[in-house]
Amino acid sequence: MSLKFKPPIGNFSQINGKCISLVGDDIDTDRIIPARFLKCIDFDSLGKSVFDDDRKTLKGNHPFDLETNKGASILIVNSNFGCGSSREHAPQALMRWGIKAIIGESFADIFYSNCIAIGIPCFTLPKESIKKIQKYLDFKNLFLEIDLFKSTAKSENFKFNLEIKETSKKMFLSGEWDATSKLLENTDLIENKLNNLPYINFNSSFE
Amino acid sequence: MSQDTLFDKVWDLHKVANLPGGSDQIFIGLHLIHEVTSPQAFGALKEKSLKVKYPQRTVATVDHIVPTDNQSRPFKDNLAEQMIDTLEKNCIEHKIKFFNIGSGNQGIVHVVAPELGLTQPGMTIACGDSHTSTHGAFGSIAFGIGTSQVRDVLASQTIAMSKLKVRQIWCENNLSNGIYAKDLVLNIINQLGVKAGVGYAYEFAGPAIRALSMEERMTICNMSIEGGARCGYINPDEKTYSYMKDKLCSPQNENWEKALKWWKSLESSDNCIYDDVFKLDASKVEPTITWGITPGQSIGVNQTIPSLNEIDPNDQFIAGEAYEYMGFKPGQSIKNTPIDVCFIGSCTNGRISDLRAAAKVLEHHKVAKNIKAFVVPGSEKVAIEAKEEGLDKIFIKAGFQWREPGCSMCLAMNSDKLIGNQVSASSSNRNFKGRQGSPNGRTLLMSPAMVAAASITGKVSDVRDFINK
Repeated sequence: MSLKFKPPIGNFSQINGKCISLVGDDIDTDRIIPARFLKCIDFDSLGKSVFDDDRKTLKGNHPFDLETNKGASILIVNSNFGCGSSREHAPQALMRWGIKAIIGESFADIFYSNCIAIGIPCFTLPKESIKKIQKYLDFKNLFLEIDLFKSTAKSENFKFNLEIKETSKKMFLSGEWDATSKLLENTDLIENKLNNLPYINFNSSFE
Repeated sequence: MSQDTLFDKVWDLHKVANLPGGSDQIFIGLHLIHEVTSPQAFGALKEKSLKVKYPQRTVATVDHIVPTDNQSRPFKDNLAEQMIDTLEKNCIEHKIKFFNIGSGNQGIVHVVAPELGLTQPGMTIACGDSHTSTHGAFGSIAFGIGTSQVRDVLASQTIAMSKLKVRQIWCENNLSNGIYAKDLVLNIINQLGVKAGVGYAYEFAGPAIRALSMEERMTICNMSIEGGARCGYINPDEKTYSYMKDKLCSPQNENWEKALKWWKSLESSDNCIYDDVFKLDASKVEPTITWGITPGQSIGVNQTIPSLNEIDPNDQFIAGEAYEYMGFKPGQSIKNTPIDVCFIGSCTNGRISDLRAAAKVLEHHKVAKNIKAFVVPGSEKVAIEAKEEGLDKIFIKAGFQWREPGCSMCLAMNSDKLIGNQVSASSSNRNFKGRQGSPNGRTLLMSPAMVAAASITGKVSDVRDFINK
């Protein structure tokens, strides 16, 4: 019996976990979760379908199928990860597979905001550092301790200074990354803005 | 940091507050929703016992999952039926205007909103779809968002976002005959790369952009995201205003004059500052086709597949993957590559002018043997207009299937899919691995006219051989 997945909530400053490496640039969200799996009205069943096409093509040899990567929670990727479609199903599928943080050379804009919105911090490292980690992972398991406050990732053999957008870091440390309630605190300002936008008054309605 | 561009003006106008984390709270003037990325957002509202704050500022249509052959309800595909049913229920419950199938206004969300005059200069527009950048063609600031942000817009009409930098893309000179907006934007993405736009809004400008029709401008802005830019826009001008005049939701009578005056004040100022400027000579653009698995991997129809040493070291890994997946060898010509499927449609190239351009090529020709060719109008309005002009007859006579409006094989969420390693000539926007519904299906992106040319010969062809005779 599987327990219902619980998304992260509240503030956190530490993520410790086993790394999983996925080599490749420009890995788009269609590859992360092919469109046929978007025919759903919740995100619950997405975890098992993550990278479905790529995994079927590699017949069990995809990183997300390898026995050694079981239980991994820190994903190591290359550049422009998550480009293409805005589907939040992509980070939702990764999260439901077990990914709690991503370290990469760079991320696509919408994918990055989606990750932050659902509680997956995305860190960047220079190309050479990513290569070093990925090479190491070819032969051995690697457990990293990520300290969000100091922006560092440590293991027995490695220490990296991670980069993360200051706004994202603050949100996770304060627990305010679930944006809705924060936005609604400014209800009066929103109402005021609406009433003062030039186009609100001169538009025709479709009623 | 950019100053006094249209982007700066519109962003500042819509800023509600500085958020504690350092990002801005931005008011969303128009929120567009569809069946794929909204159900979980409505679900989250329910969980939090929240209401839709300003239901009149959200408009819905259904596009991604709709079948394009038989649209009678219930849909054959149970999951697709469940999705449209959920959207219908959510719109009724939250009093959101929904343009359903048969309303005369259903279609791909990015085709429908401009047709209705919902898309206007100076607005902020958000939608749970990355091709929302399309609406920037009108001088609005429009961008794709994820489902959590759809939830935020429904609940508060605002989102938390950091301001983007602005890169002007100046397109000098004019496109030649037989060269289309699609060719231009594929060249822009090829030259700048698929990640150059991360963190940027793209302002498309220059004589070549000014010369484009509104529909062609939408094609350009639509593909900003394929260059990494979440938002792309063009300063509005007389073409913008004349397109918008008398649209259903456009300002009318004395409001039109007021709107016009305001729109004209939005343009990037003469002495504005950009974070970056990139220049391109539009007269050098050839009919362009993608050969790889990102929209940046493209070449002119008379060029050959580039070898690794012609490719930037940072792009060599994905180029290697592309050779293998596509079955192309460096040095091979793209011209005469055999095609299996021809698809005309999508939010990039499913508008009336796209159908006209393709029909012009197809007239007095037949689709080659063993080619499956189909055309999917971008909206019910496009379909009606095309029928009035007799375009449907030209397509059908040539051997194309004429379908009902929807996203169709652009992303293959309905039953329109490639089979096995078929090669498609497609007027859509993404040639990603598996994008058109088969894990080893292969997509060649090109203009609708080039798709039409390929359908006649059954292989990649130069459209100029058909229209310049």
